[in-house]
Amino acid sequence: MLRVEGLSRIFGDKKVVDDLNFTVEDGEFVALLGPSGCGKSTSLKMIAGLENPDTGVIELDGKDITHLGPGQRQLGMVFQSYALFPHLSVKENILFGLKARKVQKDEQQKRLTSVVDLVGLGEHLDKKPGQLSGGQCQRVALARAIVSEANLCLMDEPLSNLDAKLRNEMRTEIRALQQRLGMSVIYVTHDQVEAMSMADKIVLMNDGRIEQIGLPEDLYNRPATVFAAQFIGSPPMNIIPAGDKLLGVRPEHIRIEDGGMPGRVVSCDYHGADTIVLADIGGEGVSESLVKLRYPGHALFAAEQNISIHWKPEFEHQFSSSTRTSIDPQPTN
Amino acid sequence: MNRRLNLKAWLLMLPALSLLIAFTHWPTLKTFWRSATWAKSDVAPSQFVGLENYGLLIEDPVFWKVIENNFWYALGTVPTSIALAIAMALWVNGKIKHKGLLRLAYFTPTILPMITVANIWLFFYSPDIGLFDQLLRAVGIDGPNWLGDPDTALGSLMAMTIWKEAGFFMIFYLAALQTLSPELYDAAKVEGAGPWRIFRRITFPLLMPTTLFVLINALLNAFKLVDHLFILTKGGPNNASNLLLYYIYETAFSFLDSYYAATLTVVMLVALALIALAQMLLFDRKIHYR
Repeated sequence: MLRVEGLSRIFGDKKVVDDLNFTVEDGEFVALLGPSGCGKSTSLKMIAGLENPDTGVIELDGKDITHLGPGQRQLGMVFQSYALFPHLSVKENILFGLKARKVQKDEQQKRLTSVVDLVGLGEHLDKKPGQLSGGQCQRVALARAIVSEANLCLMDEPLSNLDAKLRNEMRTEIRALQQRLGMSVIYVTHDQVEAMSMADKIVLMNDGRIEQIGLPEDLYNRPATVFAAQFIGSPPMNIIPAGDKLLGVRPEHIRIEDGGMPGRVVSCDYHGADTIVLADIGGEGVSESLVKLRYPGHALFAAEQNISIHWKPEFEHQFSSSTRTSIDPQPTN
Repeated sequence: MNRRLNLKAWLLMLPALSLLIAFTHWPTLKTFWRSATWAKSDVAPSQFVGLENYGLLIEDPVFWKVIENNFWYALGTVPTSIALAIAMALWVNGKIKHKGLLRLAYFTPTILPMITVANIWLFFYSPDIGLFDQLLRAVGIDGPNWLGDPDTALGSLMAMTIWKEAGFFMIFYLAALQTLSPELYDAAKVEGAGPWRIFRRITFPLLMPTTLFVLINALLNAFKLVDHLFILTKGGPNNASNLLLYYIYETAFSFLDSYYAATLTVVMLVALALIALAQMLLFDRKIHYR
């Protein structure tokens, strides 16, 4: 189990990471999610020992590792660029850590065979990274991270260099691998779909701070802040000012029904399974009165057409307009 | 169309090509020819003598002396200056204060004109009043006559060469180091590799293309050296510090034997070509180029 307490990092006069607190249980897949520059990669580097925290404690399995060198922490890590050693063969890349840690030769071979089997690299063992495709490089990086049989595996945007199709495949594969090995994983990503689909728990960060920690469905159903509400979901949640409060409704929860709030169609964006309709529910064309809604199928609304929209009260979220945090009454479901 | 394109290509190459031919290829051919001829005097017509000049060469003790000197000179300066260059590059590539100044300091020997540098070192090496002897006297040792003693003359030359070359080669290593991704080092550290293993298994192999380049240049420089010999020793005493190119110069312009000088030049050209070729063939397969 990994415990991070009060972790902070200051560059100059900017708090890049500000008072981070979270835990990773054994076998848990935790996503560190946030926009670029929110401090998630710096946090991961501090956990890896590649960056020194200014304050805070990192504990792994009850042992304080805050000031240990990266090699002494018994971690595996997958880098965004894969960081494969270009002059070494796939096999030597995978065995690099075991050789550095002076693991016995027969044990090395045993682990190599099993890990190569797991990630499916059999026929490429003697190739150099330059001869491999992006997906294969990714597998080598994964193999190198898990061959050490470390307690915790850190992944820094491991899929961001792959094309969309491969990314989907690898997503499923990494998740399956993690569950099969019962590995604890911290997975840094800016892609909410990756976090939502892979993680047991999401730590949502913004501007160096944690916005919300929770299950993927918590983040979607009960966003703690306006930021969380708008970061998760696509298109993001509509935020409509209403007095001293902000109302939040997701596009997929808005229906076009008679007898609701009057609005005017601005544009339609056809996506295949559904159409994103941009509607103006205020009198003037100010941005706060624009809402997006998801209309199933192909909507054929003309611009300026008058419509009436409606949402069920249970799908409505309320935020304070001063603190921008949730003031939802505790859900009863 | 094709013919016109070819003509255009030749025209574009013409300026560079004419310079190369006029100052490299033609003199080379002339040298080869001259090494096979001989004349009694400057005014007498030269006649073809085949390999006779090369026979003289084999019997010339000074030739063998300068070859031996050159061998020791290359062996003594090249590996040391490369090792120093790598060490300095690693040092000024790290997270240290004033690294700009340090880099400049290491590079300074290279930007100074060789003649100036040689004169400064001439003072360092001067017997009794020189810097080294003064320093040695301060700790109670009678310093040698660095450049005047056959035992120390070549070594003194080598020390100065290392001082000059290491800073120059450092620039190449520094440039190469800056292209290496920091994530590679992060990965190696996470995998538990210590500094020595990182250097031996990651940095050094990835620097091999630079090392080959530097090695060829260093070896060529070791054979091409002539300028500081003028100032420091003039090849003496008793040829103890004489090197091949300086001997060629002496033969051609002091002894005015251009035929024998041509013969020596051919030996040098062939030796240099062989060294470069051997290095390319030996190392090429083992080096990882990106």
